[in-house]
Amino acid sequence: MSRPARFRRRKILSGHSVGSDAVGTTSLKSSAHVKAAGWGRGLSTLLRITRMNLRHPWQVALAIGSTMVAVILQLLIPQLLGRAVDQTQVAIGGGVTVTAAEQALWTPALLLLGASTLRGLFTMAQNYFAEAVGHHVAYELRLACYDKVQRLSFSFHDRVHSGDLITLGILDLDGVRMYFSTVLVRLLLLTMLIGIGAYMMISTDPVLGLIALSFVPFVAWRSSVTQLKLRVIWLDLQERLSVLGRVMEENLAGIRVVRAFSAQAYEMVKFDRASKNALKLAHEQVDVYVPNTSAMTLAFFFAMGLVLWIGCNKVIAGQISVGTLTMFLAFMTILQMPVRQIGLMVNGFARAYTCGSRLFGLLDQDITIRDASTARPLEIGEGTLRFDNVSFAYPGTGNRAILKNITFSARRGETIAIVGPPGSGKSTMAHLIPRFYDVTGGTIMLDGQDIRGVTLATLRQAVAVVQQDAFLFTTTIENNIAYGDPWAKAQRIERASESAQLHNYILGLPAGYKTVVGERGASLSGGQRQRLTIARTMMLRPSIVIFDDATAAIDAATEQRIRAAIRRFAKDRVTIIIAHRLSSLKHADRILFVDNGEIVERGTHQELLAQCGRYKALHDLQLRPEDDIATTYRGAP
Amino acid sequence: MAKVHASEIETEPHDSGRRPPRAVVGSHRVEEEMFGRAFDKKIIRRIWAFVRPYRAMAVASVAALLVFTGTQLLIPLIIRYAIDHAITPAGVDRSAVLAAAGAFALAILVNFAAAYAQETVVGKMAENVLFDIRCAMFIHLQKVSLSFMDKTEVGRLMSRLQGDVNSIHEFLETSIYSVGDIALLFGIMFVMLWVNFSLGFLTLSVLPALLMIRIVWLPRAREAFMAAQETNSVVNGALAEAIHGVRTVQSMDRQQVNFLLYDDKAHADLRTHLVAARYAQVMVPIVDGLTGLAMAVVIVVGGSTIVNGGIDVGVLVAYIFYIQRFFDPIRSLTAQYSVMQRAMASGKRLTDVLDVRIEIQDKPDARILAPEMDGSVEFRNVTFGYEPNHPVLKNVSFRVNPGETVALVGPTGSGKSSAMALVHRFYDAQQGQVMVGGHDVRDLTQESLGNQIAMVLQEPFLFTGTIFENIRYHKTEATRDKVIGAAKVVGAHDFIMSLPDRYETQLGERGGNLSLGQRQLVSFARALVADAKILVLDEATASIDSYTEMLIQKALRKLLEGRTGLVIAHRLATIRGADRIIVLQNGQVIETGNHDKLMAMGGLYSKLYNLNYSSFDDIPVEEADPTGQAASRT
Repeated sequence: MSRPARFRRRKILSGHSVGSDAVGTTSLKSSAHVKAAGWGRGLSTLLRITRMNLRHPWQVALAIGSTMVAVILQLLIPQLLGRAVDQTQVAIGGGVTVTAAEQALWTPALLLLGASTLRGLFTMAQNYFAEAVGHHVAYELRLACYDKVQRLSFSFHDRVHSGDLITLGILDLDGVRMYFSTVLVRLLLLTMLIGIGAYMMISTDPVLGLIALSFVPFVAWRSSVTQLKLRVIWLDLQERLSVLGRVMEENLAGIRVVRAFSAQAYEMVKFDRASKNALKLAHEQVDVYVPNTSAMTLAFFFAMGLVLWIGCNKVIAGQISVGTLTMFLAFMTILQMPVRQIGLMVNGFARAYTCGSRLFGLLDQDITIRDASTARPLEIGEGTLRFDNVSFAYPGTGNRAILKNITFSARRGETIAIVGPPGSGKSTMAHLIPRFYDVTGGTIMLDGQDIRGVTLATLRQAVAVVQQDAFLFTTTIENNIAYGDPWAKAQRIERASESAQLHNYILGLPAGYKTVVGERGASLSGGQRQRLTIARTMMLRPSIVIFDDATAAIDAATEQRIRAAIRRFAKDRVTIIIAHRLSSLKHADRILFVDNGEIVERGTHQELLAQCGRYKALHDLQLRPEDDIATTYRGAP
Repeated sequence: MAKVHASEIETEPHDSGRRPPRAVVGSHRVEEEMFGRAFDKKIIRRIWAFVRPYRAMAVASVAALLVFTGTQLLIPLIIRYAIDHAITPAGVDRSAVLAAAGAFALAILVNFAAAYAQETVVGKMAENVLFDIRCAMFIHLQKVSLSFMDKTEVGRLMSRLQGDVNSIHEFLETSIYSVGDIALLFGIMFVMLWVNFSLGFLTLSVLPALLMIRIVWLPRAREAFMAAQETNSVVNGALAEAIHGVRTVQSMDRQQVNFLLYDDKAHADLRTHLVAARYAQVMVPIVDGLTGLAMAVVIVVGGSTIVNGGIDVGVLVAYIFYIQRFFDPIRSLTAQYSVMQRAMASGKRLTDVLDVRIEIQDKPDARILAPEMDGSVEFRNVTFGYEPNHPVLKNVSFRVNPGETVALVGPTGSGKSSAMALVHRFYDAQQGQVMVGGHDVRDLTQESLGNQIAMVLQEPFLFTGTIFENIRYHKTEATRDKVIGAAKVVGAHDFIMSLPDRYETQLGERGGNLSLGQRQLVSFARALVADAKILVLDEATASIDSYTEMLIQKALRKLLEGRTGLVIAHRLATIRGADRIIVLQNGQVIETGNHDKLMAMGGLYSKLYNLNYSSFDDIPVEEADPTGQAASRT
């Protein structure tokens, strides 16, 4: 007799939703990409996962051993049941006395109790160790992913959507984790159960055995097909649900825009379309699932009915005993569940194959920016920065040069300001110094050492960049300020935040420096975030500090005060300021006006004003934003 | 625990030395209550309201489920009949074999049909209810006041719309199946007792044992499962953080420290998962052992009854089949308990959202604001506060004549944004009247009012989709030419044409692939396409590069041409371009007039202006404050 189909449905569907393997368009695209990569790579992926599993030999051995014992014990149960039934018949047939028959029942009963309990224990061990192997592999993969993600260079992260990377590290990892328990162990279990079971039944009675097994191929086939179909639908459904989620999320986040335009009706249409789209597929899922499972149940019962009918006739004919018939029926019950799960196993294969390919694709990714084999620690002496004929193009953009022949140098204590229209390459210059990207031509030298020849760790300790879009980690304000120096004393943190004009604001917060900020914490305004980033940088002891448009959201007066504080900090460093507010940069020792990747003007504020060139035009524009100056600023039309 | 930890650090100074005191990765999310009371009548009633439209389906599926359960119960009985009547030692009854075979065939066909019908209906109905609840919430959120939306994080609402509706969905599916479970459990008990009372009674005596074990096991197991879920979300959160913050991590050279800390979390996750696996698996031998015990009882007790001629062997066979089944309902019924608790907690949160009062509603006799109206805006003695006791606007009166551009100026917190929100009737004034086109906004339909007011917000919010779709937004009837025309007018056309797919360029999340200035221009074009008589604009404060700034100023002038403009102005250039300036302070209008007049007055405006900042927001609080303090002292 079968367990009700709904258990399986729930299990199968929830198995899907827990161990989903892709969310979002790009992931789907990459799964198509995996398909194109061919079976050879798929096979090597599976082998690689298997090898990872085998790195836990004890648990693997225990899982496999337990599985084998559990299968054999399970196969004993129908036989014991059959024997017990026969035992009762012997007494009725008058072969032995009633007491003797009663006595004889104890043996199969106790054996059954023992076999059943032991089977439970070994199944427990099987499942536990199989899962343990998976969890250990997941743990190793987690660390590997985390390490890789942290080290992959900026150009990789520019290219790959962060959502896809997160999906990779969560869902694909799960697909690989499940491989051992849902695929390898289940494969062993099924092979043994069906193989030995079939042998036992067919050797007992070939005809009845074959009939009893007749449902196996049909159910195995239907179950595999259904699972693979459901997998496709499921992936599609996740995609549609994420579209629906996005519609809702954007509506709520942009609710002011929606209300401002009285666009509620339009938004409802958008929602309704996305919602119906998903619902249709959810129904389709039911439509694929239900007929197939019902058909599988029917096939099973049909075979059972045949066994019962033909079995009864055989009993009547005296060919088999009632006990043997019972044994056949019990066998079928035992086989039913595992056979229906063949689909899950096939699904597990498919998942491990796509998820594994994606995951290993990440892990095998080359880290383009890393220490050269001959790299030596950076030695800071005078603290001179020098750009020598530097050119740069972003990887994958062909040869569209962002920077061309940039040459300048700066000594300790000097401040260099970089200014220019949007897209001129100012920020790119800042990103080359700590080697976020490598130059494509020329060299950048620090105290005469090519930055590509020194270790990344020492280089990045020597160069600090205050980024434009500050990232706050979800932790306290003080931990955020001390991000680059997590050993810092509270006093230093406070001093840094005083310099960044943030101290008073922080003291006004209910939890002061212990206030949690970041994605899930209190929200700070753009200016406050930028000030926090400045404070974060002032905790470091860099030789070169770069402000990459880091004060755009800070009001001019506060910026003045920050600048005064920075001046002390900048005394024995090279300071590079990228900004568009002229008041931010007019005190620099040298100003570089960059356009189209080239330095077009250079000099002090006074010198550049006297030149009456592009800088002067920008200066006038900021004082008097009128149309007529536009042409001068943009360059000749 | 804490002590143990401290001593570990003492004995292993080196290890503690590697983990800095101020470093963390990932964060613990403050979880909402996951489980509520298992049964809450009020919430059940609310959920039922959503099931009601499908009640015929619900009844039909329960009926089908009962039929299905019935056939499940019947099949062992048919087997028993076949064995006992067809092949008794007394003689052979071929017609009985045939009857049994016929009954069996009928039973499995009914079983098939019932399963098919019931699962399809339940599956689809539960999905429908899920989507209905979500839709009802979404509609409701479109109507609730903005102050509710301001107070509530988007993430929180999203977890209502996704997580909570899903747990209701799960609850619906499982509760219908629970009916089947209960029927099956009682059915098996009834049949076993009915077929042979004493044997049935003895066999069933293992059931309470399992029930008790489950009751003891469940809370502990649940704790272990939740711990595993918790650590899992922590490691995943830490990974997401590493990915989002990778640029900062690398530039601060935190990779090694972070890796160590992440290792701690990943390892904790491994441990909790192993514990959870142990809890999950420990039930297996218990259930198997009890099954074995029940079978042994049936064989020994039932067997000797057979030997003594009390019952036939078919009973024994039927019992063996029932035993293999009767633990399932207990397993799923106890699991159902958690599902219910979770659903009640979710249901509570859902009804909280659905019950948020809609404050701003059209009057039953609300009028439509005709596009031909004059476009004037007037505040008559308006007093307003988000909390009634703290007015942010106090007795404010002013009038913006048709076609005029008025700049609202004042320090942060002076009430500028609130005034703007009132024009669009985002909120209702506590006292006084806001008039648009000569009508009190409360007498107009919200939709017609909104159609005549275009708003540009400080933060230009763009939607996922193409640039074209964003400029057109809800004006789906706007032609391509009109959209391109609008983009040209505001000076966005040039940069759009330089994008890879021009107007068909897909915008990233929130238009992330455009600069702030570019997004601003797109939002201007969107306002232009909306083609309203009145334009309300909140100027951006962030400093934008000078070139884009200039474009924006030009666009602004175009945008205001031939419209009534109410501009919250920050930049001097904008302010100087206005026909009239209204200076607000502490919720009151303190000065009105054009630039020259205000300068001549020598009040707050001239004072602020003479400080010579390029934007009023640059003015430090202290410098704008003395007058403010004086005002509040009086």
